[in-house]
Amino acid sequence: MLYREAGDFKTSYVADSQTFPIKFDRYGYYFLLGFAFLVMPLIINDYWANSIVVPFLIYTIAALGLNILIGYCGQLSLGTGAFMAVGAYASYKLMTGFPALNIVFVIILAGFVTAAVGVLFGLPSLRIKGFYLAVATLAAQFFLIWLFTRQAWFYNYSPTGMISAPQREVFGGAVTGPRASAVAMYMICLCFLVSLAWLARNLTRGTLGRQWMAIRDMDIAAEIIGVNPLMAKVTAFAVSSVFVGIAGALLFTVYLGAAEAGEAFGIDKSFLVLFMVIIGGLGSIFGAFAGAAFLIVGPVLLKLLLVNTLGWPTDLAAHLEIMIVGALIIVFLILEPHGIAALWRTIKEKLRLWPFPY
Amino acid sequence: MKMSRLAAAFVATMIAAGPSLADTLHFPSLSYRTGPFAAGGIPFADGYSDYLTLINERDGGIGGVPIRQSECETAYNTERGVECYQSIRGDNPLVLQPLSTGITYQLIPRTIEDGIPMHTMGYGRTSALNGEVFNWTFNYPANYWDGASVIINYLLDENGGSLDGKKIVLLYHNSAYGREPIPTLTRLAERHGYELLTIGVDSPGQEQGSQWLQIRRERPDYVVMWGWGVMNPTAIQEASNIRFPMENFIGVWWSGSQQDVLPVGAGAHGYKALAMHGTGTDYPIYADMQRYVIDTGKYAGTGEEVGTVLYSRGMYAAMLAVEAAKKAQEIHGVAAITPAMMRDGMANLEITEELMAELGLPNFGPAFSVACQNHGGSGAAMIQQWDANAREWNLITDWIMPDRELIMEMAMEDSLAFAAENNMTPACLN
Repeated sequence: MLYREAGDFKTSYVADSQTFPIKFDRYGYYFLLGFAFLVMPLIINDYWANSIVVPFLIYTIAALGLNILIGYCGQLSLGTGAFMAVGAYASYKLMTGFPALNIVFVIILAGFVTAAVGVLFGLPSLRIKGFYLAVATLAAQFFLIWLFTRQAWFYNYSPTGMISAPQREVFGGAVTGPRASAVAMYMICLCFLVSLAWLARNLTRGTLGRQWMAIRDMDIAAEIIGVNPLMAKVTAFAVSSVFVGIAGALLFTVYLGAAEAGEAFGIDKSFLVLFMVIIGGLGSIFGAFAGAAFLIVGPVLLKLLLVNTLGWPTDLAAHLEIMIVGALIIVFLILEPHGIAALWRTIKEKLRLWPFPY
Repeated sequence: MKMSRLAAAFVATMIAAGPSLADTLHFPSLSYRTGPFAAGGIPFADGYSDYLTLINERDGGIGGVPIRQSECETAYNTERGVECYQSIRGDNPLVLQPLSTGITYQLIPRTIEDGIPMHTMGYGRTSALNGEVFNWTFNYPANYWDGASVIINYLLDENGGSLDGKKIVLLYHNSAYGREPIPTLTRLAERHGYELLTIGVDSPGQEQGSQWLQIRRERPDYVVMWGWGVMNPTAIQEASNIRFPMENFIGVWWSGSQQDVLPVGAGAHGYKALAMHGTGTDYPIYADMQRYVIDTGKYAGTGEEVGTVLYSRGMYAAMLAVEAAKKAQEIHGVAAITPAMMRDGMANLEITEELMAELGLPNFGPAFSVACQNHGGSGAAMIQQWDANAREWNLITDWIMPDRELIMEMAMEDSLAFAAENNMTPACLN
């Protein structure tokens, strides 16, 4: 009933290979975009924007980036937190070094700086695979955080080692600093997310994405059919790092406003993003959204329910929150090892036949 | 189906959380009862809450207006701290006390923008001393730079006025908190001729083997510690393992509570720490506390922390907040004060010894007054020493004054740099 596919004909290759070939999905997508861009800015309040929606948008970008690396190219990485820190510190150095530079370019440039660092730490992936590569990226995590906490140049010799984002405007409205309105913060994160998600979707179904997937599925076979493993792996690291770096830059400049490498971008952040990718679904764009929603929005909503609605003690709620989220992760991995995205795929298959399954 | 019901519950939550009760005074508590620093966060939060409960139960609130408490769990994590701030900022919070230097740095620009006073007692950004720049931030009665200077003054006293040629190690929590005293100790090293060695410990601080190996090799005369949470007992244990003379090991006031020394047992005997207030239940106020809060079962947490160092600190913080609220009511002649009025009360706060005695806390904290040019009170602190046999902290000095002239000079530099960075013109608000 929901999916009425009768009469939905494709008459060209372009129409056949579009992202949402089913009309219902496509309209849903257009509706969602319209809602996010036109309706949300009008109805969103400060609390929802600042504590739920903005972090969700930012972490989705990070999850998209890691999904490209792990889900599409099969290269395990535990250095996401550090690469986010590279994005954050690059944006800080750019903001303070070139005050006239527009914040949008600062964030994009921070992404490219992260790409360079990511490629550097991705080079070992040519020789080592799987868990060994994970350990090599873990080294990146610890080395980069050490660098940012011990080398005073990175935090402009501030006595506390904290970096803080000065105010920057886009079209006359502040998007960073304390004067930034919730709507401005939401809009800049949304614009970055939508354009990066569009980029990710189109990269992964093009030549590059097919090369990545070939490497992921069997690298020797891929090499035999003419995929250059050096290019495929290095581009995966580079593109993934651009995403992760932009997420780190947004997290620092727009959301946190002040940060410290060891605290904001520690190893737990690497795991958080990794869990998003795994729970959301490896090798799926939708999975990145679902995983980030699950791990960022879930705990906050749970806290609101337990503490604000039911009035439970905060420590009990915090412990329960950890237990419930942990239990849900296990339940998800048992019931649907391929993540929320696979769950959604199954539901969709059923919905397409509903109410007359055969 | 389940999701929609859940969503409905959340919408209900958001609507319910919206309007605030105008006839109460809202004192939020950004506490951390979970995570690696919970051991320090729990007693502070309990002390803070118990004192406010006492005021409600005994006096019926402040100036006849009842106190409304709320608690938000930060887990000492800056991201959750920001989330907590967002959830309470619309609810007329009179004063914020995040008990975390990292969260403080995050909230300073936001509270300035939103006009919400913040009190960072013995932590936070030291240069908030300059109230012309940090109109909304207070750090009385003492701050980190005071603490560092008090320790050096104490050591000067011990060594007949000269630290020439001495070697002092600063063992610090590698975060904004732990790095805060470095500039002061460096400046004081130039003046007094000691050699300063800074050794960082990464959070949370359970791994300190290499740091103590280095300390053993360097053979310092003194070790000064800026630790928090699990880092404290670990460091004291390591010091005891390498047989470092405990009387030469001095912690800041965040490294000097019962849970820091008790796990080490006899090895911690003689360890010293700063004290910014008294400790224990030998104060008249505890009679009321027992009667109105503890016996009636209205205490926060488990009630086991009453009288410990950090419980006393939480109580002290609440007491200063209540006194500031009284001052605000007096200045404005209104009982139901707003955050802006509360700020005026804090900026004109005056704590005398008579007032402390009247409140049932004689000689508990220093007498001090707050002014626009000095948001930091007196900066005085005492030294306490742990007696592992009697299991108690003993105060071994009287109030020691810091080198405020130097600290003020450094605070001016730092705060004016902040003002320039943010295009602010330093000025008093009142």
